[in-house]
Amino acid sequence: MTAFLALVRKDLQIFFGDTRAVIMAFAAPILIGSFFGYVFGGNQNKKESTRLEVLFVDQEQGLVTKQLLASMQQDANLEVTPSALEPAREAVHKGKAPVAIIIPVGFGDQAARALFGSGAKPEITVLFDPSHQVEASMVRGILAGQMMVAMSSKPGGFSLPFMTKDEALTARVGVAYNSYAHSFGGMAIQFMLFMGIDVGIGLLLLRQRGLWRRFRAAPLSKIVLLGSRAASAMLVGMMILAVVFTFARVVFGVKIEGSLPGFIGVCGAFSLMTAAYGLLIAALAKTPEAARGLAILATLLMVMMSGAWVPSFMFPSWMQSFTKLVPARWAMDGLDAMTWRGLGIEEALLPIAVLLGSTVVFGAIAVWRFRWEAD
Amino acid sequence: MLTAENLKKAYGSLQAVDGVSFRVGPGEVFGLLGPNGAGKTTTIGMLAGLVAPDSGEVRIAGHHISGDTSPQKRRLGVVPQELALFDELSAAANLTLFGALYGLSGAAEAKEQDRVLTLVGLADRAKDKVSNFSGGMKRRLNLAAALMHDPQVILLDEPTVGVDPQSRNAIFDNLETLKAAGKTLLYTTHYMEEAERLCDHIAIMDHGKVIATDTVAGLLRQAPVSSFVLIDLVANDFANLVEAAALPGVVSATLSGRQLRLGVQSMGDLPELLRWLLSHGGEFEHVQTERPTLETVFLHLTGRSLRDA
Ligand SMILES: Nc1ncnc2c1ncn2[C@@H]1O[C@H](COP(=O)(O)OP(=O)(O)O)[C@@H](O)[C@H]1O
Ligand SMILES: [Mg+2]
Repeated sequence: MTAFLALVRKDLQIFFGDTRAVIMAFAAPILIGSFFGYVFGGNQNKKESTRLEVLFVDQEQGLVTKQLLASMQQDANLEVTPSALEPAREAVHKGKAPVAIIIPVGFGDQAARALFGSGAKPEITVLFDPSHQVEASMVRGILAGQMMVAMSSKPGGFSLPFMTKDEALTARVGVAYNSYAHSFGGMAIQFMLFMGIDVGIGLLLLRQRGLWRRFRAAPLSKIVLLGSRAASAMLVGMMILAVVFTFARVVFGVKIEGSLPGFIGVCGAFSLMTAAYGLLIAALAKTPEAARGLAILATLLMVMMSGAWVPSFMFPSWMQSFTKLVPARWAMDGLDAMTWRGLGIEEALLPIAVLLGSTVVFGAIAVWRFRWEAD
Repeated sequence: MLTAENLKKAYGSLQAVDGVSFRVGPGEVFGLLGPNGAGKTTTIGMLAGLVAPDSGEVRIAGHHISGDTSPQKRRLGVVPQELALFDELSAAANLTLFGALYGLSGAAEAKEQDRVLTLVGLADRAKDKVSNFSGGMKRRLNLAAALMHDPQVILLDEPTVGVDPQSRNAIFDNLETLKAAGKTLLYTTHYMEEAERLCDHIAIMDHGKVIATDTVAGLLRQAPVSSFVLIDLVANDFANLVEAAALPGVVSATLSGRQLRLGVQSMGDLPELLRWLLSHGGEFEHVQTERPTLETVFLHLTGRSLRDA
């Protein structure tokens, strides 16, 4: 026990004495997590959504078209600016505005007649930047809705028989998706795995530095030697998660909306898996140099497939099922479930089980393939 | 105290250690002398239970080392050839760790730490980071780290390699102190002066085999000459080297610059030799003699020099 604790303490002393390692483990996930969180929408509790810019070219300037402009300007999703035709065309062409709509002369009358079934339909031109097709469709949809509203203000008009109300399904009604919850979890996962690589490389360096001889010369079991390294890696992993999520909570209001024990369970299981991953790297690589290159590539692929960068719900469906083979994906899903999705502990059990299972598999391969001889 | 019997270890097709046997008595300093690649480190690895031998056996005070946690390991202290220290930690933190590997903690650990730091003369530097140490200081700490659990048998793998003469002398003093304290030391080196100075018994190794083993005096008796005579000639046109080499009692003759070096079997032949030289164009201005060394023995046994083997 003395030896085990001394070995763990040594690992922690070395880790916290290494500025580069500490920055990589704590500052990097916070920095990059903040970036991804901001880009992917931020905390939608607080934020005014980014409104889509639309240029409105009214060639008629009639009652109906003015009404249409006014009601579109009230739409929370749009930022509608009146414009003349040529400047609008140019702005879209140059990518300065994503969408412009052009209302022709005579629109009001034609539209009213067309609505009640007689006469040719007026043509509204929608100009859009090819990189903004989705936005163009959205504008078309909104336009159709607003048209109805505008038309209904005419005498003899009518009103839509229903209204829609959108609600994104998150933790609770009134709690919005917080992309910081996802991005901080994702970056913690990424940089913990990097820390795991350092653990593996560190073990390989022990051999090069002759320290492995000292360790093997002492009356220590294999469990103590590798177990102590795994234990210290797990401790550091838990610290990373604690620091990263505390920061996310204080600065970005990320809360554990789901089960706290479930959250702690996922964190613990993933920390263990990270530790086992480090041991695996040490067992499979021959030299520290070889370990570094290959392990970084493998880790980045794993992180990518875990959904840490781009959330996995944005993946095509085949990729969503395929990436379930990657243990880090389960860590990501588990963290998502316990944070912004606000699910109960039962949703943490499977991720925890998969992560612990991976730990056992990685650990077993590591112990089996590890070169114990000190030569 | 320590016996090795017919140890063998191959790495692929390379027979790194090929049937090494020896016996080291208690309180004895035993040297494994051989050039780089002779198999010294591999032999130490097998003695310490770090490397599994292909065949043969090791006994420490009559016991085998069996298994990772064998209590016999406590009798052994291993000083690796590399500076096996955590540079990023202080000397004290290193010693605490290596003591803890043998179960030392608390007051007992502090006491041992003081003892080994005093022994190697680093007591005033305990709090300093190892990365700030000089090469010689690291070597001394490397030795101290193996002594925390006060082992009876100490295996030292080239403990002085790459250090300045002053530190080397300091390490020698440490080893003599350990010897005086009754410890059994096994020492590998490729510096024959070290082996001659420190060791009671020496095994000369080459290509994985022990090619000679004896006391220093015993080994020196295997040298083909009893002395070398170094003669500084007046002129640099001595033409009778072949004849000189063929003289009775002369084993070898080499000429480098104006210095003639004769290996002779008996010093009694010396007056005769010098007279012969004077009458054969070999006027000289200075004569000195040199004892043969283990280098001579190695050269004699292998045909190669220890340094560039
Ligand atoms: N792990 C290893 N794998 C392959 N060859 C090795 C290994 N360890 C040592 N050798 C080889 O065995 C021979 C003896 O090495 P070593 O015992 O280190 O010699 P020495 O310590 O006398 O310099 C050398 O040729 C060395 O290259
Ligand atoms: Mg060696």
